[in-house]
Amino acid sequence: MISLILVEGVNNLRIFKHPILDFPKKKVIHFQFDGVEFSGVEGDTIASALYANGIKKLSESVERHRARGLYCAIGNCSSCYMTVDHIPNIKTCVTPLSEGMIVESQIGKGVIR
Amino acid sequence: MTNKELIIVGGGPAGLAAAYTAAKTGCHVLLIDRNPQMGGQLIKQTHKFFGSEKQFAKTRGLNIAKKLISDVETCSDRIEIICDATVVGLYADQVVNVLHNEKYYKYHFDALIIATGAGEKMLAFENNDLPGIYGAGAVQTLMNLYGVLPGQNIVMVGSGNIGLIVSYQLIQAGVHVKALLEAAPKIGGYKVHASKLRRLGVDILTQTTIQRAIGNGCVNQIETIELDDSWKPIKGTEKLIDVDAVCIAVGLSPLYQLLAMGGAELKYVPELGGMVPIVDGLHQTTINNIFVAGDVAGVEEASSAIVEGYLSGLAAAAKIGYQQPDYQKSIADYQQQLKNLRSGPFGAKIRAGLKKVEAKTNA
Repeated sequence: MISLILVEGVNNLRIFKHPILDFPKKKVIHFQFDGVEFSGVEGDTIASALYANGIKKLSESVERHRARGLYCAIGNCSSCYMTVDHIPNIKTCVTPLSEGMIVESQIGKGVIR
Repeated sequence: MTNKELIIVGGGPAGLAAAYTAAKTGCHVLLIDRNPQMGGQLIKQTHKFFGSEKQFAKTRGLNIAKKLISDVETCSDRIEIICDATVVGLYADQVVNVLHNEKYYKYHFDALIIATGAGEKMLAFENNDLPGIYGAGAVQTLMNLYGVLPGQNIVMVGSGNIGLIVSYQLIQAGVHVKALLEAAPKIGGYKVHASKLRRLGVDILTQTTIQRAIGNGCVNQIETIELDDSWKPIKGTEKLIDVDAVCIAVGLSPLYQLLAMGGAELKYVPELGGMVPIVDGLHQTTINNIFVAGDVAGVEEASSAIVEGYLSGLAAAAKIGYQQPDYQKSIADYQQQLKNLRSGPFGAKIRAGLKKVEAKTNA
């Protein structure tokens, strides 16, 4: 398993300096995405953590399997559905990231186990 | 089922303002929001507002949210707040269904204020579904709430105030705004915002639109095209721009679904962003005791949403027996404030739109 660590620079889109807002260092949260270890920070949603790691494709459209990413980021548009801890159709743009989460790209409508 | 005097759906600027004036009359309020925190979209708005002192001019959006929330907290004995809760049903017998922590709750209400706000509009072009293409609200959310950049090289589509302000916020966060496209011949938003961008070297291209996005799994290029005076694409003017993100700021449309479910009379009014409820002068819909406030009643600025909230909070409370002695005077004051906010050339569209939804009884 590859382990990616949050560092400033390549593949990391986190803001460190901002003229108006403060983004203090936060506790690191580890999670798995499609079998690979990733990390986000406290306060992240699942989608914001993935985007910070440069991952923009979250799912595929049901019929044509076109790539899907964030569109609204506030839980309106259903473009960010993923399978999280084996539960399908989770709105990852509004679901807080938590330690040890297993996040998977969702193909199709999802299966309820 | 629990009975509540006044239920407010949505804790953005309109809902918070409504909760405050209603609670001040002595009315008991249940304020419901689907997000983990109150404040709606204000919490990610880093820019300072225009308008007059009464609507918090010169204050940053996120600080306006703090002020509205602290006002509500001063009435905590009469305002109950539930976050992470989505109102999923509205029924004819004055009942709402709420989904909270994977459980359904039913509440009966005497009066209801719907302040659900608005959602992003989309634009039709080839490959508009590629990841890396976002609504302007999503860009603000990612950057200003989570501290994550939407990309490093972006093109903004739409020159209304949102497009202009978010472009500036992107530059503040360190993103290269490669161009701002506007299909119309003129910039849509305030000149002061556009000038700021021009000074920072942003190309504002009017009569130009996005024709298609290119990329495999994520956008990495877009093709723009110029438009003639009848909005038709001019062949041969196509240009490619390398990007890793595109921001769509072509407006918002009201989140009217609960009102539709409840049976309120709705009308399609393009000037107000889409489907909006027919309302009287007190923001009551065609359903008795159901009121609206903010963008759900027609997309405007947050300042109007706040004043509409104050007004509908007072009106809804009065309707169920909590009328203050200076009620008429306060209502008249809020109505005048709204009139002022909608005056001038920038308010023309809103004024035209609102004329179409005034209920005949109160027009």
